[in-house]
Amino acid sequence: MAAAAATICARGLSRHFGAHAAVDSVDLELRRGEVLGFLGPNGAGKTTTMQMLTGNLAPTTGSVSICGVDLLESPVEAKAHIGYLPEVPPLYRDLNVKEYLDLVVRLHRVPKAGRAAAVKRACERCGLGEVSRKLIGTLSKGYQQRVGIAQAIVHEPDVIILDEPTVGLDPNQIRDIRALIRELGGAHSVILSTHILPEVEAICDRVQIMHHGKMIYADTIAELKQLHNGRTLLVGLNQPPAAEELMAIAGVVHADLVGENLFRLRVAPESDPTEHIVSMAAQKQWGLRQIGPAQTSLEDVFVNLTRRDDS
Amino acid sequence: MIFTIAGKDLKSLFTSPVAWVVLTFVQLIVGYGFLKRFDDFLSIQPQLLQLPSPPGFTELVAVPTFSIAAAIMLFAVPLLAMRLIAEERRNQTMVLLTSAPISILDIVLGKFCALMGMLLIILALIALMPLSLSAATRLDYRLIGSILLGLTLMAAAFSAVSLYVSSLTTHPIVAALGAFGALLGMVLVGEHVADNLHARGLGVLAAFAQVFSPVKNFEPLGRGMIDSYAIACLALLVTLFLALTVRQLESRRLRG
Repeated sequence: MAAAAATICARGLSRHFGAHAAVDSVDLELRRGEVLGFLGPNGAGKTTTMQMLTGNLAPTTGSVSICGVDLLESPVEAKAHIGYLPEVPPLYRDLNVKEYLDLVVRLHRVPKAGRAAAVKRACERCGLGEVSRKLIGTLSKGYQQRVGIAQAIVHEPDVIILDEPTVGLDPNQIRDIRALIRELGGAHSVILSTHILPEVEAICDRVQIMHHGKMIYADTIAELKQLHNGRTLLVGLNQPPAAEELMAIAGVVHADLVGENLFRLRVAPESDPTEHIVSMAAQKQWGLRQIGPAQTSLEDVFVNLTRRDDS
Repeated sequence: MIFTIAGKDLKSLFTSPVAWVVLTFVQLIVGYGFLKRFDDFLSIQPQLLQLPSPPGFTELVAVPTFSIAAAIMLFAVPLLAMRLIAEERRNQTMVLLTSAPISILDIVLGKFCALMGMLLIILALIALMPLSLSAATRLDYRLIGSILLGLTLMAAAFSAVSLYVSSLTTHPIVAALGAFGALLGMVLVGEHVADNLHARGLGVLAAFAQVFSPVKNFEPLGRGMIDSYAIACLALLVTLFLALTVRQLESRRLRG
């Protein structure tokens, strides 16, 4: 059943350029209605992987199936299920927005009766209503990016693959586009590559992190944070004791001085030393200023994962 | 699908100045050649009437006009073809076509059809010059038909070669110069080699070399002779270079 619901299923995907392995045996699975964040530092192999998923680059080894159709064996059928926004949006500068989207729906074999409605809907969704008669070459970068997104969704594909979709947009536009991607995630499945971490936290159900061509992490965002930082407490003390003294408290595994009189305590699983710390602080007059669970951002996790690998 | 792509590329040809400049110059040069020939014809017409079976208007005016057109194709086709693939790759718009559910063959055929559409417009405008006198004189329609068939086939051969060169580079100008060089090479060397091999009695090799000399294959049709081997050679050249173009674009997907 899981296989039937999967819209993209890639197994052991590798791509070598000469002796260099840009992507090394990557597995990837995407289910309907899911938004997958694809993270990685520059040069990690995100774009190469996306090119392989969309049939623009042949993998050295491995297989890709899109909605059950093998991309390498029957590329034309498989590509009918994909909408792809590459790193550089493929825009014809001498067409206007409407003409361009009209061309795209015809290239994607949308039946004649549905074409005008599809173009209109994509324009509305991407906020292109007012500029639909303008030449693409005269539009600003942000609008061009939106035309690129419209191009990827206009034929209502099952799988939408977006390579850094919010590049060059202003904060308001970014919010609109994120809302749009969330909305698209309802009925379609979306893969989104980015190195903007809050973006992934805001819109993705799952995250996969790539580094040096390898998939080094794949899970839900909540678990990602959980796994790599455990539970941590931030404790602010005005008259701090030595870190060793804090570590002596039952349930505290490790204490780090992270700021001015601010400690981050790693807590043993299944224990909650908060109450104990509060009473200790009162007893020994440490001057407890604040205590609470530390907000670990995806950024910390990301840096942790990718740096650790380097060393 | 082929025609969707052909329509798009034909439209983009007409939005660029190149197509208009080429159209203008072709009309100017061919028009001048036609009028010059026509003028000469009128001045020698009294003498011609004294000959037992004088050559007519078609042989003396229409045929030379079409010969000019044939020579101009050598410049015009590379210029019109240069952007078709090179610029799509340069602007990274090729991804739109390769990500859509279309085979590479359809993409190449679409672009080839766009180019042929443009060239047929040019040929039609040229054909109108002698045909405009159809009311005033008797034209040899069979000869004109044969020449136009030859010109169309030769234009197709030039187009296939130019399209292939355009797929090799991302610089349109390099594509134009490369295609012009390749065509000039074929006209000069191909013909020479074919004749030489024939003279040495190497008939099979000569027949093979003849495939690569499109102008030599145009000649019989230009004289009004439907030479099926020459037509087959032109068709073979078109097929060969379209196949090479497909292969080139496929290998880009394989090699990255």
